Amino acid sequence: MRLRLVPQETSFDFFKHARLTFGASIVAVIASLVIWAMVGLNFGIDFLGGTTIRTDSTVQVEVGEYRAALDPLNLGDVVISEVFDPNFADDQHVVTVRIQAQEGAEAVTPEVITAIQTALQEAVDPAMTFPSVESVGPKVSGELIQTAIIAVLASLGAILVYIWLRFEWQFSVGAVAALIHDVILTIGVFSLFQIRFELATVAALLTIVGYSINDTVVIFDRLRENLIKYKQMALRDVMNLSANETLSRTLMTSGTTLIALIALLVLGGDVIRGFVFAIAWGVVVGTYSSIYVAKNVVLMIGVKRDWSKPSDGGGASGTQFANIDA
Amino acid sequence: MLQIPLWNRLFIILTVLVGLSFAMPNFFYGTVERHNDALAEIERTGAETPQQTEDVAAWPGYLPATLVNLGLDLRGGAHLLAEVQVEDVYVQRMDSLWPEVRDALRELRDVVGTIRRVDAEPGLLQVRISQPEGMVSALAAVRELGQPVVSLTGGFGESTLDVSGAGDVITVRLSESEQAATNDRTLQQSIEIVRRRVDEAGTREPTIQRQGADRILIQVPGIGSAQELKELIGTTARLTFHPVVGRASGPDADTDSRQMVLPSVDEGDGYYILEETPVVTGDDLVDSQPGFDQQTGEAIVTFRFNPTGARAFGEYTAANVGAPFAIVLDEEVISAPVIRSAITGGAGQISGNFTVEGSTELAILLRAGALPAEMTFLEERTIGPELGADSVQAGQTAALIAFAAVLIFMVASYGLFGVFASIALILNVGLIFGILSLIGATLTLPGIAGIVLTIGMAVDANVLVFERIREELKTAKGPARAIELGYERALSAIIDANITTFIIATILFVLGSGPVRGFSVTLGIGIVTSVFTAIYVTRLLVVYWFERKRPKKIEV
Repeated sequence: MRLRLVPQETSFDFFKHARLTFGASIVAVIASLVIWAMVGLNFGIDFLGGTTIRTDSTVQVEVGEYRAALDPLNLGDVVISEVFDPNFADDQHVVTVRIQAQEGAEAVTPEVITAIQTALQEAVDPAMTFPSVESVGPKVSGELIQTAIIAVLASLGAILVYIWLRFEWQFSVGAVAALIHDVILTIGVFSLFQIRFELATVAALLTIVGYSINDTVVIFDRLRENLIKYKQMALRDVMNLSANETLSRTLMTSGTTLIALIALLVLGGDVIRGFVFAIAWGVVVGTYSSIYVAKNVVLMIGVKRDWSKPSDGGGASGTQFANIDA
Repeated sequence: MLQIPLWNRLFIILTVLVGLSFAMPNFFYGTVERHNDALAEIERTGAETPQQTEDVAAWPGYLPATLVNLGLDLRGGAHLLAEVQVEDVYVQRMDSLWPEVRDALRELRDVVGTIRRVDAEPGLLQVRISQPEGMVSALAAVRELGQPVVSLTGGFGESTLDVSGAGDVITVRLSESEQAATNDRTLQQSIEIVRRRVDEAGTREPTIQRQGADRILIQVPGIGSAQELKELIGTTARLTFHPVVGRASGPDADTDSRQMVLPSVDEGDGYYILEETPVVTGDDLVDSQPGFDQQTGEAIVTFRFNPTGARAFGEYTAANVGAPFAIVLDEEVISAPVIRSAITGGAGQISGNFTVEGSTELAILLRAGALPAEMTFLEERTIGPELGADSVQAGQTAALIAFAAVLIFMVASYGLFGVFASIALILNVGLIFGILSLIGATLTLPGIAGIVLTIGMAVDANVLVFERIREELKTAKGPARAIELGYERALSAIIDANITTFIIATILFVLGSGPVRGFSVTLGIGIVTSVFTAIYVTRLLVVYWFERKRPKKIEV
């Protein structure tokens, strides 16, 4: 017996609730933007500058105690958060202390770090260790934000061009719309739950972009093929057919990827949890968007149906760029 | 029909075998690492301890010994991003130019009158002449001192100096292209010195890279903290010799322009007033060794100058017999002996209450040379080794579970073909490790995430193919034809899907730094190997199976 996520033959009408799904996407995007604007992202030190110290102690954590120890140092904004992870030993208590970049300091100030460590060891636990200390000066953090934005935009641009060359401009608009949808929704979730937004999160965002485009392209590829095969069929029906034909694959791949990511989410340790969460979320959103967003956009713009132009050899995958198929 | 030429089969098998053989040493990480370290150490020192011999013997020499580099977040260590204050060098250049300018203008005394250096902002040399009428010839004389810029990018015929006059003041600064060339040299020199200092500490494979115009990235695995690393490389050990003007009671003593007050190391609260312009600097040092004074038996550091330094030192000491001069190390007067006779050989010694370790350390620092300019640290990270080990452990567990789950899922969905895909997946991970080891890439924590993600996504190509075969089977052209068409028709989707992801990996690599870059490397490699294993390897497996069984009907 074979495991089948979807029946052999499906004929879902993915546009039946187009208004609902597309509307929901638009609402979600707007909601994300609003949350983003109102609440803002919980930027890590990569982007804000400052210092993060991870403490490890056998003493039960009282956040108030930590705060009391650090208050006299006048460090400005201090965020103390306890870290939980199933991998920790029973008497292992881990806390991250985040301190904003110190006023007037262009670079990292080692004195501050030492002062914090001494204060904590004195007040909380003399045997406390500091498994990691990371400091980013304000000068660099500004540049990191800039690089991150450039990276996301460059990826979107590169994909826009690639899809345009390989398919048609309508496809690339649809694909990029879906990608922007995914990125904004992810940012929305990050600001809603105030998950730490770090440099690695940007990598996660780009991975989402990569994954989502992967999904979209497979459907588009089938769409291109079917458009040639069924010259008379309405665009909407061809799209539905293509999505149905690839549905099994779409869910299989999302399924295996999610399985892998969930394993990593649960067992991979707290250090990369935010990063993995972002990707896992993106896989879900990306799968949704390639079915419900990208195609809707393409349907709205419409696609040139006259594929009988010179370069079309009548072959199964003939487009005007078919010859560059590898 | 289903056919793959023999050379093609051989190529596929060979690629897999080579890839796996490079990956294999990673299973014996500790042993191979000790083997490699011992070899490197023997190579470096030329000597061999029994422990090293044992370590070398623990791994057979004929086997590949390539390892994946573990990143700081997995191994623990320190990361620093330093910015080199390149402008510091302009100041030094102007200071050392002053005597030349003075001498050149002195020859024109009739025309320009008396000359005096005036205080100016850092990086500028300003000289006032008492007869502004002589400005034109003064400028010409100073311009003579400039040389054509030596650099690949500098404009042809451009001088190193930018000389201008206004009223009775001559202003000299480094020309723009010379500044660029100087920055370049400063940075290269800084990197070289940082490397030497880090190497002296004997840690494993530090990464020391230039970043942008004036930054250096330093990553040292296995070091206790960023603070320790800073102390190791941040010690300037700038050695200079200055004429002594007099003594002072405190740091705020009155001085003339171009003089400075520095504390004395030996005499608690003693201070010296010195000429700011040094006679000789540590730049002219060619060697420095720890030693013992033959009379007193105390630890000393001996030094030797290059010819330029020796000449300057000789001339100065000859002209100032009986006067004290100060040996200054990092803005502190180590000692201020009186010159008894001209020191012409260019060799001397520094004494000053050193311990044996102290003199050894100072000699090393002097030998490594002074950092040409100060460095400020923009970013520093310390990752403890336990945290790294925990992360590796967690990553491994997660990867294994993910792996097993995906395999079960694939076999349950595609039966025998799922088994083929699973074999391909295992080979895929092997190949990723093989390539990572081969190119010496660094595996970071996000890198492990990248591999896990690839495990999930690697099956995508196979899923595409298998789903396609299923579809082709419906049109009943016979199993062989269906398989062939399945591979053929799925190809365009596979290629498109992977190229787009590859584009992202490339952008991440170019723009990312640190862990992000590590992630992009594994993602990029994973894409390439997964396409290879999913298309070629599974196909080969399917073909071998098909050739043996010749099934009339297949189920995918």
